[in-house]
Amino acid sequence: MIEVNNLHKGFNDVQVLKGITTTFEPGKTSLIIGQSGSGKTVFLKSLIGLHTPEQGTISYDGKLNIDFTLEQKREWRQEIGMVFQGSALFDSQTVQENVMFPLKMFTKQPEDEMLDRVNFVLKRVDLENSNFKLPAELSGGMQKRVAIARAIVMNPKYLFCDEPNSGLDPNTAILIDNLVQEITHEYQITTVINTHDMNSVMEIGEKIVFLKDGVKAWEGTKDDIFKTDNESVVKFVYSSKLFKKVREAYLNETK
Amino acid sequence: MNYLSHVGKYFLMLSQVFRRPQRGRVFKEALLREMDELGLKSLGIIMFISFFIGGVIALQTALNIDSPFIPQYLIGFATKRSIILEFAPTFCSIILAGKVGSYITSSIGTMRVTEQIDALEVMGINSINHLVFPKVLATVFFYPFLIVLAMFLGILGGWVAGVTSGIFSHVDFLYGVQLQFDPFLVKYALIKTLVFAFLIATVPSYHGYYVKGGSIAVGKASTQSVVWTIILIVIANYFLTQMLLT
Repeated sequence: MIEVNNLHKGFNDVQVLKGITTTFEPGKTSLIIGQSGSGKTVFLKSLIGLHTPEQGTISYDGKLNIDFTLEQKREWRQEIGMVFQGSALFDSQTVQENVMFPLKMFTKQPEDEMLDRVNFVLKRVDLENSNFKLPAELSGGMQKRVAIARAIVMNPKYLFCDEPNSGLDPNTAILIDNLVQEITHEYQITTVINTHDMNSVMEIGEKIVFLKDGVKAWEGTKDDIFKTDNESVVKFVYSSKLFKKVREAYLNETK
Repeated sequence: MNYLSHVGKYFLMLSQVFRRPQRGRVFKEALLREMDELGLKSLGIIMFISFFIGGVIALQTALNIDSPFIPQYLIGFATKRSIILEFAPTFCSIILAGKVGSYITSSIGTMRVTEQIDALEVMGINSINHLVFPKVLATVFFYPFLIVLAMFLGILGGWVAGVTSGIFSHVDFLYGVQLQFDPFLVKYALIKTLVFAFLIATVPSYHGYYVKGGSIAVGKASTQSVVWTIILIVIANYFLTQMLLT
């Protein structure tokens, strides 16, 4: 479980995060939503340690990250899997080399054991027979799946995804969402996803945190989001006519 | 002030470079890859340029000393000295700064803007050490061989120019090449090469690692890195010459 308490982060004179407090539970897909510039990416980068908070704490299974020694920090980082918005695959390496990279860096397994593990996770993301392709030879959806495979190859306790389905067609986006949710349930990972995609919210939002201007404006589940009367959430989530109709239909059905 | 902050940041980067690699086998693979990219793949251009510039130096020297009081073997002597002292170590390093420097900056810069460096950091990898240290070792170990080859091919080019043009005698040329051969001059050239190789690996890495923005920023950083590497090579050349030869 990740517990965030009163998190503040700014750059120069601009305060981006203004005291966020929330928790993310294992085995659940938690989504961070909000408009562009609301602080989602800074929040996610603070969670994975790429930004150092100015104030507030983040604890991972009860351990505060500010108390970590260098060695503990290194161990903690090995418990993290991250899927970046642009996949961030090493473009000079093949799919197999990309996925095997964390194993090579942090384990002393023999080559054949590593290869078994790589093939296992590639099969898990439906990418068998792509071992020797370069990232440039893959479609956007396939690149995302390789990124997911690389993120889970070390059996992480925490999985972070920054807009995992941006730039993907709706069908592939849903496949990626479902894959992340299945993996989260299967391995009881604490998963935090940064997204703009309302389909993801409706599909896999077991916990949703809505950020507005660097503060947590609302949190709940995908069912709560239909019922909420929080003006900011309603304005953001139901900005399209289609989603307005979906909400009306849901509310009529549950009356 | 801005320049000072860059100098400070550059030395802070260097303090991260010279750490023990986190995993030996990954480092070994990276080192071999960099030797291929930065060293072997520069072999062709260095061989080509050295051979022809050697020929041009010999021809220019011959055409400019047409006095009967100056012995012809001085053409070989002057060509040898020019190539060993300046052309091979300094000008080849400047060529390498252009070719290899832009490659280093653009490859690391692209990794920065496409979040590949963030991915390394999230995994708990010292990204500076992982990316820059193999490049430093590859250039520092490989470039002395490249420069020695450039010396040999430059002098060979001069000799071939004599044979093919008939402007000077190739026998006198060979006599001049062997005349007053001082091994310290080769040592001096190799010391310079080591310093230049270090600059060629680290200055472009610095520009690539700290790039901010997108593809245009990477392009600008590549240009800047080449310019700064050349400036630093020229300055280092002056001070090394003063320190080692005077």
